[in-house]
Amino acid sequence: MRSSSVSWHDWLMSDRPASRRQASLGRAYAGWRTFARNRLAMAGLLTILALVVVAALADVIAPHSPYEGSLSTTRLLPPSWTFPFGTDDQGRDILSRIIHGSRITLFIVVLVAILAAPIGLLVGTVAGYAGGYVDAALMRVTDIFLAFPRLILALAFVAALGPGIENAVIAIAITSWPPYARIARAETLTIRRTDYIAAVKLAGASPFRIVLRHIMPLCVSSVIVRVTLDMAGIILTAAGLGFLGLGAQPPMPEWGALIANGRNYVLDQWWVAAAPGAAIFIVSLAFNLLGDGLRDALDPRADK
Amino acid sequence: MRNAPVGPLLDVDDLRIAFPNREGAYVEAVRGVSFQLGRERLGVVGESGSGKSQTGRAILGLTPPQGRVTARRLAFDGIDLLTCPERQRRDLRGGRIGMVLQDPQFSLNPVMTIGEQIVETLQAHERVSNREARERALAMLAAVQIDRPERVYRLHPHQVSGGMGQRAMIAMMLVADPDLLIADEPTSALDVTVQLQVLKILDRLVSERGMGLIFISHDLRLVSSFCDRILVMYAGRVVEEIPSGRLNEAQHPYTRGLLDCLPRLGESRHPLPVLQRDPAWAR
Amino acid sequence: MSVGLEVSHLRVVFDEYVAVDDVSFRVAPGESFGIVGESGSGKSTILRAICGLNPIGAGRVALVGEGTLPLPGSKPFRRLVQMVFQDPYGSLHPRQTVDRILAEPLAIHGIGDAERRIERALDEVGLGTGFRFRYPHQLSGGQRQRVAIARALILEPQILLLDEPTSALDASVQAEVLNLMEDLRRRRHLTFVMVSHDLAVVTHMCERLMVMAGGRAVETLAADELSSGRVMSEYTRTLMEASAGFRRQAAG
Repeated sequence: MRSSSVSWHDWLMSDRPASRRQASLGRAYAGWRTFARNRLAMAGLLTILALVVVAALADVIAPHSPYEGSLSTTRLLPPSWTFPFGTDDQGRDILSRIIHGSRITLFIVVLVAILAAPIGLLVGTVAGYAGGYVDAALMRVTDIFLAFPRLILALAFVAALGPGIENAVIAIAITSWPPYARIARAETLTIRRTDYIAAVKLAGASPFRIVLRHIMPLCVSSVIVRVTLDMAGIILTAAGLGFLGLGAQPPMPEWGALIANGRNYVLDQWWVAAAPGAAIFIVSLAFNLLGDGLRDALDPRADK
Repeated sequence: MRNAPVGPLLDVDDLRIAFPNREGAYVEAVRGVSFQLGRERLGVVGESGSGKSQTGRAILGLTPPQGRVTARRLAFDGIDLLTCPERQRRDLRGGRIGMVLQDPQFSLNPVMTIGEQIVETLQAHERVSNREARERALAMLAAVQIDRPERVYRLHPHQVSGGMGQRAMIAMMLVADPDLLIADEPTSALDVTVQLQVLKILDRLVSERGMGLIFISHDLRLVSSFCDRILVMYAGRVVEEIPSGRLNEAQHPYTRGLLDCLPRLGESRHPLPVLQRDPAWAR
Repeated sequence: MSVGLEVSHLRVVFDEYVAVDDVSFRVAPGESFGIVGESGSGKSTILRAICGLNPIGAGRVALVGEGTLPLPGSKPFRRLVQMVFQDPYGSLHPRQTVDRILAEPLAIHGIGDAERRIERALDEVGLGTGFRFRYPHQLSGGQRQRVAIARALILEPQILLLDEPTSALDASVQAEVLNLMEDLRRRRHLTFVMVSHDLAVVTHMCERLMVMAGGRAVETLAADELSSGRVMSEYTRTLMEASAGFRRQAAG
């Protein structure tokens, strides 16, 4: 067993990779090792992984049903062994609600990332590479979206499209992409002037090919880092929308809605708002730590 | 003129500098370099990876923080550089030991004017009034043959040419009247005609002030014409030490290889003799 | 068949700045032609204008040889004219393996048989198969430059533009790369246009050369005329003397 794990490491760190697969796996492995040396980043990563596991196994893990509660017997009970985070005003177990709510949080965060990041990346690289009128036009559009405070714009969209979690996701995604476009454009402006792009131009590559296959891969890491760092903000915006009743609708246990619910009881039954608040705090912090760690590990200067 | 120092100006004995590699193990970039320097000119020649720049930086205490510097002795004018307090090290830098680096675009502060930087260096080492500091800075700019010192005083580094920037860098490093100057590829980033100008200025200033000079370069021929003695470094070691007048009697095959391998104007050698690296040199 | 190059009254302007002003020269098929000058002389700009990386303000660039020859900027032109860049640390895509870097030009032109061509290209520049899947940061400066040369040659061009190909390399590696380029030129009957600030390198590699200063051509002469000092322009003479190196004043 021991000798085979040593040889995996050597195979990946080999100076003479023998195939494309070995080379790219080796590179990923080296990046992983840099990342893994950062304890805080690993803590962030493990927390996120725990979140994923909790969300996946919510049905199994949650001790009680998140939707059923008895108004007569279990209303607003403080934390105890049966109800570790207490119960809310409808007698529902808060821990179970938080566990099920993690699915919604994950859903929102992943969907926003999937929607906003590619849009931002595409707009930014095209604007940066094309220059001239195209650049100016795209950047003005980006500026318009950037000029609005995110929550207000999301509110406006949700108000227009109607409340609900899918619309909340779309609204947040629409307001999230501009910073990624800016980052991608800034990187593209630098990359565009390098000799390796000149060489590929000289080989006869079309602008599409250059942007898609040569420039975008270099911008991806910056955008990934930014997206990860933004996740905290996305969670908070979703929570804000939920708090205002414009995101997930009751009885969905979205964390922001849980806090909104607990607002009325915060003085005497503090646990109703505190527990989902703590959950949001921990997950946001974890994403921030993960993002910092990714930035250090993906720093292109480390390649030199 | 200065008083002759007791003992050598710089005493380096078994200098070793190690850096951590990707796996965390320490790999030595400089492996046991020893030499002594009086008020003379020493050239340190080597290619990339030879450790020549790291040697120069270690003398100034500018080794990157993850590097590990050890030596049997590393002393400047009797001061033990390995054990002296950081404050004393700082006083030496720019004060008694100056360093000129390769590209003024990267070694001069881009947001300060040239004059401000020279004054800053001076005032870090001597108690002088602002007015006197300015006058000395202007005098220094004139000494490096900058035509209108008051004009250049007010310019930023990106507003001047490479040659002028390098002269400004020399002015900044000499304004506090150091005993030792370390020049790390001072002319490599300059055009050939400008190189000559800057070298002449350096030559004159070093002679006039009786300074010690360590000239680090990859260009063996340049170093041989500028310096009294040459150290040839390869893979972190000194492979040859030779007076520059006797360069053509060099013994070590690496030195001979370096001398031969470049094309020379007026000669026609096709193909060029290629340096055959012997792994024994790195041991 | 060897192909030559003809540049007539070339003018390149960036905003207000005239980088190249009315420069003309002709490179015969199979010849090695050098362009020498200091920074700001416009020598690199000429190369980039020839292959279309810089826009041409006025003047003409044309290929010389038998048959109908493609026009500058067209895809067939790209197969005939390739360039090796100066900085080995900037001319290879940092996220692509050597294999991918060499496969890209072939993919763009739809040339099959990539495996064999890539292996042959690496072999020709003296890099073994162990290098094929390395990333640029795992290569030394000399190795990177060899990859750059392999990339330039993989489309089998007839004209190679060389922008200070060895300036950024160590002395001992320079000689190897210069020898390699000479060898390749001889074997493939290539036409070279080489830009350098180093007179010794240019006279070593080229048969004829043009001296440039401030965007203008100062003088065009044969390499051995330069070597033996039979130059006409004062500027060229100054350049020659500066290249001879520093002469220390006698102490005193």
